[in-house]
Amino acid sequence: MSMMANTLGAASAQRTNEDTPEKISVRDLSFFYGESKALKNISLPLYERTVTAFIGPSGCGKSTLLRCLNRMYELYPKQRAEGEVLMDGENILNPKQDLNLLRAKVGMVFQKPTPFPMTIYDNIAFGVKLYENLSRAEMNERVESSLRRAALWDEVKDKLNTSGLGLSGGQQQRLCIARTIAVRPDVILFDEPCSALDPISTSKIEELIDELKDQYTIAIVTHNMQQAARVSEFTAFMYLGELIEYDRTEKIFTTPSVKKTEEYVTGRFG
Amino acid sequence: MADLSVETTNSLSMNVDRTGALKRFATTDAIFRSLTRICAISVLVILGAIMVSLLEGSWLALGTFGIDFVFDESWNPVTVKFGALAPIYGTIMTSFLAMLLAVPLGLGIAIFLTELCPPIIRRPIGIAIELLAGIPSIIYGIWGLFVFAPFLQKHVQPFLIATFADVPVLNGLFAGPPYGIGMLTASLILVIMILPFIVAITRDVFETVPTVLRESAYGLGCTTWEVTRNVVLPYTRVGVIGGCMLALGRALGETMAVTFVIGNAHRISESILAPGTTISATIANEFAEAVGDVYFSSLIALGFLLFLITFIVLAFARYMLLRLERQAGN
Amino acid sequence: MATELRNMRLYRRRSRRNAIYMGLSLASAAIGLSWLALILGTLVINGISGLSLSVFTEMTPPPGGTGGLANAIVGSLIMTGLAVLIGTPIGTLAGTYMAEYGRYDKLTPVIRFINDILLSAPSIVIGLFIYEIVVARMGHFSGLAGALALAVIVLPVVVRTTEDMLLLVPNTLREAAAALGTPTWYIIAKVAYRAARAGIITGVLLAVARITGETAPLLFTALNNQFWSADLLAPMPSLPVVIFQFALSPYENWRDLAWTGALLITFAVLTLSVLARVLSSKSGGER
Repeated sequence: MSMMANTLGAASAQRTNEDTPEKISVRDLSFFYGESKALKNISLPLYERTVTAFIGPSGCGKSTLLRCLNRMYELYPKQRAEGEVLMDGENILNPKQDLNLLRAKVGMVFQKPTPFPMTIYDNIAFGVKLYENLSRAEMNERVESSLRRAALWDEVKDKLNTSGLGLSGGQQQRLCIARTIAVRPDVILFDEPCSALDPISTSKIEELIDELKDQYTIAIVTHNMQQAARVSEFTAFMYLGELIEYDRTEKIFTTPSVKKTEEYVTGRFG
Repeated sequence: MADLSVETTNSLSMNVDRTGALKRFATTDAIFRSLTRICAISVLVILGAIMVSLLEGSWLALGTFGIDFVFDESWNPVTVKFGALAPIYGTIMTSFLAMLLAVPLGLGIAIFLTELCPPIIRRPIGIAIELLAGIPSIIYGIWGLFVFAPFLQKHVQPFLIATFADVPVLNGLFAGPPYGIGMLTASLILVIMILPFIVAITRDVFETVPTVLRESAYGLGCTTWEVTRNVVLPYTRVGVIGGCMLALGRALGETMAVTFVIGNAHRISESILAPGTTISATIANEFAEAVGDVYFSSLIALGFLLFLITFIVLAFARYMLLRLERQAGN
Repeated sequence: MATELRNMRLYRRRSRRNAIYMGLSLASAAIGLSWLALILGTLVINGISGLSLSVFTEMTPPPGGTGGLANAIVGSLIMTGLAVLIGTPIGTLAGTYMAEYGRYDKLTPVIRFINDILLSAPSIVIGLFIYEIVVARMGHFSGLAGALALAVIVLPVVVRTTEDMLLLVPNTLREAAAALGTPTWYIIAKVAYRAARAGIITGVLLAVARITGETAPLLFTALNNQFWSADLLAPMPSLPVVIFQFALSPYENWRDLAWTGALLITFAVLTLSVLARVLSSKSGGER
């Protein structure tokens, strides 16, 4: 416990969040898969340029909550959300909200790396081309800066025209992060981004997340409590579709106010 | 990472640019969606159009002969009297005989491939059989006409006639003379035609049996036959039936392989060595030369009947295969 | 002691039974495979003797004369090509609807069912159908009608493989593209099609293999033509129909050409199938 507290101190000492504005406010959000209610009246804030972690045992609804923030669930039938999710003051659950626009502003990185079956360069350019008419030089610059930002540039700069599928798992995941930041979102959602990776790749991704929060509002779902402790300033603990506790990460991991949270973070269940 | 400060562009400034793109997206999506939907619906339209056009074409014949069309054996262009009983009988009889041989043979080969065959030659044989399933039926027809029928006429049929001459029932079934071509020849050609088809499907179906199930039966000390009989076949029963029905659908509708060797005789003989006809052979042989509206319409009515029969068989086959799929999915 | 003996006897009986059935299985494999080998062997022996350059350069001969199959081969190529040109886009788009836009549409299972029926419907019935709606209306047989009949056969094959192949594309890939703000049509065109490309091409090849030897639907749509014809509105010769006509004729030279034609068709179909197989196994390795 004491070791964990140390790492926590380091992560959260850098910034105080009292004066940071809320980028996203989730208000009374419920979610349904057909008849079954997967999220029960969740309310929590996501502060601008801050990392918020969602933790909890499998099936607690943490990924579902994440998928509400870019309405990814709309791809499937019989899934619907009720309540409000305000981003910059506007309700993104509003049926009039353009989904493509929303998703361009709220990027997402998935559990397993998902490079498209095309070259590394085209993987990055893919999303950019949709909304921006860039010259060849501008595009080259964008690809390079995105790859640099994702700490991948040095490894791939000589093989930009080879298939993205040829990279290692960790590199693929960083490629996906580069692809996401290339379209310049405001928010990035990470859905267990390291669960398919080895420890070294995992620590690289974690470093990256720590750097990205200078610029982006970040939400991360993770199974790994140490990871949540290492990368986030705020943590939401969820259980059976309910938000049990939301607080500063150090508080959740050292002196949680709810018994259930304590049991979970000390490894007594989950 | 010092150069990163340049990157901090605010996305809000880009919202103006994006609206134009979004509108374009929405329009293209709507157009593409409707285009694909129209194409998908065209599949339904085609099937409907086949039904309607065939029914329309056969209206005259069905109106003239009524229900008798299905039960009358006579087929006479001179007196303009047409009944479909002989082709219907021929179609069902040849397919039935073919299935009688092809199903055990096909199952045997499938069992050989999944349970007995050494792994090294399993793939080549499997591939060979799949390739053979794609060989056009006219090839089987031409072989049947030039090679198989003369062979049967010379060696097999006289033997059959002689052997069963004194056995009641069978002597009728195998009554001479040995024409070479006829119902039996057509059936045998159908066997070889649908065999690769049955093997390919049943092998795939056998492979849906979970390995644990098979292994646990072997673990109890079961012999290969016992595993096949008590585990594999019961587990895949629905799929095997479905696969056989698909093959039956093929046999019923098969035209070229049969047309070459059936002999085209509009009569129902007791002997399966005698020439006969099937629905598709009748159409293939007579359609281009048919004279007169009623004759023409009768041929189309035959086609309509064939379509109905195969539709029912195929629908049943697909239903069975769907059931296996669900079972395997669970 | 007695029970042991009895068990031993039971075991022997079981082994014997196993041997019998496995023997039968082996025998059926031997029968089936050698029968098929016999057919192919006869085909090669009978067909190869007539194989010469003139088969590809000369027109179909009159009874007793000399000639080749050039007009039939060209007719087959034209009609097959046209059928693929018509059937493939419609089939691909229909399959796209079923796997992408309409994946959860209640109509999709219905279309899939009907498509499967169409897939194995007797081809002669399709010939009759095209006769009714095209030939009867135009008043004469034509290559166009033949191509349309073949297109109706191509369509369900392409629909089926396109849907199957698109369903194999992992959803995570679609989600990843959607997460960048990509509209659906763009995801389909740039991600799904790209991932499923090899499979869809395989399907088209299999469809071509299927119609290469189709005879029944051409008998009363394209009919036949003794001469060179590239006019789509006139009757057009095709390899399978020429084989049918020549094989049933009493003339020796026609029969020989029928064998040669049959060998050509078989060779073409096998080549296409092998090509399709190689392509699909290659794409399987990539994934």
